[in-house]
Amino acid sequence: MNQIKRIISKNAVPILFAIVCLLGVYYAQMPGQFLFMEIIKRMARNSFLVLSLIIPVVAGMGLNFGIVLGALAGQIALILSTHWEWSGIGGLGLTALLATPMAVLFGVLAGMVLNKAKGREMITGMVMGFFANGVYQFIFLFLVGTVIPFDNAALRISTSPGLRNTVNLSRLRGVLDNIWTVQYGFTKIPIVTFLVIALLAIAIWAFFKTKLGQDFRAVGQDRHIAGVAGIQTDRNRILAIVFSTVLAAWGQIIFLQNIGTLNTYNSHEQVGTFAIAALLIGGASVTKATIGQALMGTFLFHLLFVVSPSAGQAIFGSAQVGEYFRVFVAYGIIAISLALHAWRSKSLAKASMEEDVSA
Amino acid sequence: MSVPVLEMKKISKSFYGTQVLDNINLTVNEGEIHCLVGENGAGKSTLMNILFGMSVITDTGGYEGDILINGSKVAFNSPKAAIGAGIGMVHQEFMLLPGFTVAENIKLNREDTKPNPFSKIFGKKLETLNRKKMSADTRSALDKLGMNIDEWVTVAGLPVGYLQFVEIAREIDKENLQLLVLDEPTAVLTESEAKQFLEVVQKLARTGISILFITHRLDEVMAVADNITILKDGELVSSGPTESYTIAQMAELMVGRKVETSGRIGNVKSEKANEAVLEIRDLRVDMPGERLRGIDLDVYKGEILGIGGLAGHGKIALANGIMGLYASQGQVRYEGMDVPLNNPREALNLGLAFVSEDRRGVGLVLEDSIANNIVLTSMQTQNEFLKPGPLKLKDQKRIMAHALESIERFDIRCTGPEQIVRRLSGGNQQKVCIARAFTQNPKLFFVSEPTRGIDVGAKSRVLELIVELNRMGVTVVITSSELAELRSISDRIAIIYEGKLSGILAPDAPDVEYGLLMAGKSLEEVGIGERATN
Ligand SMILES: Nc1ncnc2c1ncn2[C@@H]1O[C@H](COP(=O)(O)OP(=O)(O)OP(=O)(O)O)[C@@H](O)[C@H]1O
Ligand SMILES: [Mg+2]
Repeated sequence: MNQIKRIISKNAVPILFAIVCLLGVYYAQMPGQFLFMEIIKRMARNSFLVLSLIIPVVAGMGLNFGIVLGALAGQIALILSTHWEWSGIGGLGLTALLATPMAVLFGVLAGMVLNKAKGREMITGMVMGFFANGVYQFIFLFLVGTVIPFDNAALRISTSPGLRNTVNLSRLRGVLDNIWTVQYGFTKIPIVTFLVIALLAIAIWAFFKTKLGQDFRAVGQDRHIAGVAGIQTDRNRILAIVFSTVLAAWGQIIFLQNIGTLNTYNSHEQVGTFAIAALLIGGASVTKATIGQALMGTFLFHLLFVVSPSAGQAIFGSAQVGEYFRVFVAYGIIAISLALHAWRSKSLAKASMEEDVSA
Repeated sequence: MSVPVLEMKKISKSFYGTQVLDNINLTVNEGEIHCLVGENGAGKSTLMNILFGMSVITDTGGYEGDILINGSKVAFNSPKAAIGAGIGMVHQEFMLLPGFTVAENIKLNREDTKPNPFSKIFGKKLETLNRKKMSADTRSALDKLGMNIDEWVTVAGLPVGYLQFVEIAREIDKENLQLLVLDEPTAVLTESEAKQFLEVVQKLARTGISILFITHRLDEVMAVADNITILKDGELVSSGPTESYTIAQMAELMVGRKVETSGRIGNVKSEKANEAVLEIRDLRVDMPGERLRGIDLDVYKGEILGIGGLAGHGKIALANGIMGLYASQGQVRYEGMDVPLNNPREALNLGLAFVSEDRRGVGLVLEDSIANNIVLTSMQTQNEFLKPGPLKLKDQKRIMAHALESIERFDIRCTGPEQIVRRLSGGNQQKVCIARAFTQNPKLFFVSEPTRGIDVGAKSRVLELIVELNRMGVTVVITSSELAELRSISDRIAIIYEGKLSGILAPDAPDVEYGLLMAGKSLEEVGIGERATN
């Protein structure tokens, strides 16, 4: 009995969301086939990005809002690959390869900034995301075609500066998903994409069994003590962010090859918030995240996404309400967990006092 | 003679313009046990932090002077460098990761690994942890210390005595160790644990490892030291072989005046009314390693009740349980009212105060000032030190006045009430804790290991203050591993054995009776009668 209670209280968030999702599924009255298809599609698209968040959490740097930088690296690589007309799975691999050094560079820079802002990593990461977005917009909206000569009808309208709003990724669309699919009802299950995700999950799991992974865990627990044991804490923190940024770049490429079009100025915008919301819904917190939580969270979050418009329509007579609801949920869960975190770290001093001395 | 393992020459250090070390010389030879003694704030830890390349030193402008290891000059700018040169250190505060297991902590940054396909490409850092090897090494290090805890148990929640042994196990597991710095390792140990620990230290020294040992227990110094260095206010006042000192001389050199080391501080009081203020019935406390398995005990109004017993038998769990810090069951009534268990806040609201034996988690807000730390609890639980009015503004003037008074009273060595607590020496942080509990104006005061880490001069001062508090009508329950300390101030002493009350003795009861109770024999059993019981 106690055991059950413990399990429930430990997993309160995912359980709550599972219930909300079930209600949503019930009211939305969607055909099972359709639901299954949507979920499979979205899991394949998003899981990689969500998994990219785990390492910084374990390294004590909180939720990495800076994965937006990784997403940008992925998009820049995609723009270039479109320009050079890379295609097929080889083209996709090349694109990922091209994105990697950019992501490493962004990661190192971000890591260095975060080391200057210890204890405020999350807000700093968020601001960095906005800043990087600004630079990106400036380059691709303004410099390209004016200062930077760039002529390509697929990417630019020659009469005005900047890239097109949407870039068609036709040469890369679905190249990973379609290598091998298994048909189930209407749904084509992209086996290879899921294998890639599984590979990443195993890699992360194995990584935390290595020396470097252990160092990350130690730094995440207590920087000072890790440092006294001779672990180079700042270096490890930068590395953690580099890993996360590179994974996010690859994750964004996988995401966009599935979608097939790049919204040059928007695709990356919600990468951070949505991935983080998914992770949190899976029951992760600012200081603890597991692979299971990431996958469970991705599933629940996207289930909620799929059903809320129809559920809103059924319950409130308006799909719009459902749309609002899902955005509300995404931001709401982030706000709550950040507030909880702030409250906890503030009351930690108090608690430890209550705990021991007297107070 | 061969080259000394360590030579420190003309070491000076100042923090923010305050000189805390002035021209210190120190030499340690192979296999030597060198004791470093001095008052709280004398500069012992600072000297050792310099040697170990700690960031508190490098971040505050470094130091002056030279350090030679095996005759060659070194300047460690990080602990990593010092560790690489074969220096190990057990710090005054615990350096264990709470969420890691014992084995993970002992092997921290020295993990055994085995190669895998990726590590062959990307380097050693990606080798897989060899948990088997880590486990075996940990086991053998723990066995050397006579510890039988499981190597894969998480460190969080282990009693402090255990933590200290884990720290020591970590050091003795280091293969290249040639100089081991021990900053007050025995402060958190009971007498028997400390004895066992000192034997380990001597054994290590015999294998050729040099030991730099800091302690406030001067009898330990006499027992193990080959040479002694005495610091006072950052200056070296005396140094030489142990034979040339007596305990009294050492104490006098440290403190600068004659120190009374023993004797009863509290006057044996005239019969106190045997009116119970605190009734404890069948109290069970689930404190790992210090379980209390059902105890009945009355605390009388206005007395000082000592709680003694060997380590691991549960004496420290009593106060921790009543204050709600560890899961407990049973019944506790205070002045006829039920004390809700497992609820620290309620216990505080009832007017109980507690100074914990846990120095690391003493609950100081390290980044805040001495003044704020002293008034914190009173402010939160009793709305003291606030200006009248709904805004609950801090009454800075009163806070400062009170802080100044406390600093004087407890002899806290600092630059002023505004000083940040992190910048105090360990012993002085401890004094801030005690000052805070006093500030609460408690009605019932639990204090555990009050003089742990406090120097000989200040020790009797702290005990005197507890007696003074008691004279003002406060009931005191003092837990201590030092029997002499208990006997010097308590009215009665309860001995705990295997989680149960073994008996209650008068402070002047003969040593044998204490020995018997601590060994779990009842006095009746051996025919001593029930003279002092209850
Ligand atoms: N980080 C710091 N910043 C400023 N001053 C400091 C700092 N650390 C220590 N001090 C000061 O240096 C002096 C020596 O402190 P140290 O910790 O070396 O004393 P100690 O001899 O180890 O005392 P104890 O027996 O209490 O541990 C003290 O006056 C202390 O206030
Ligand atoms: Mg010290």
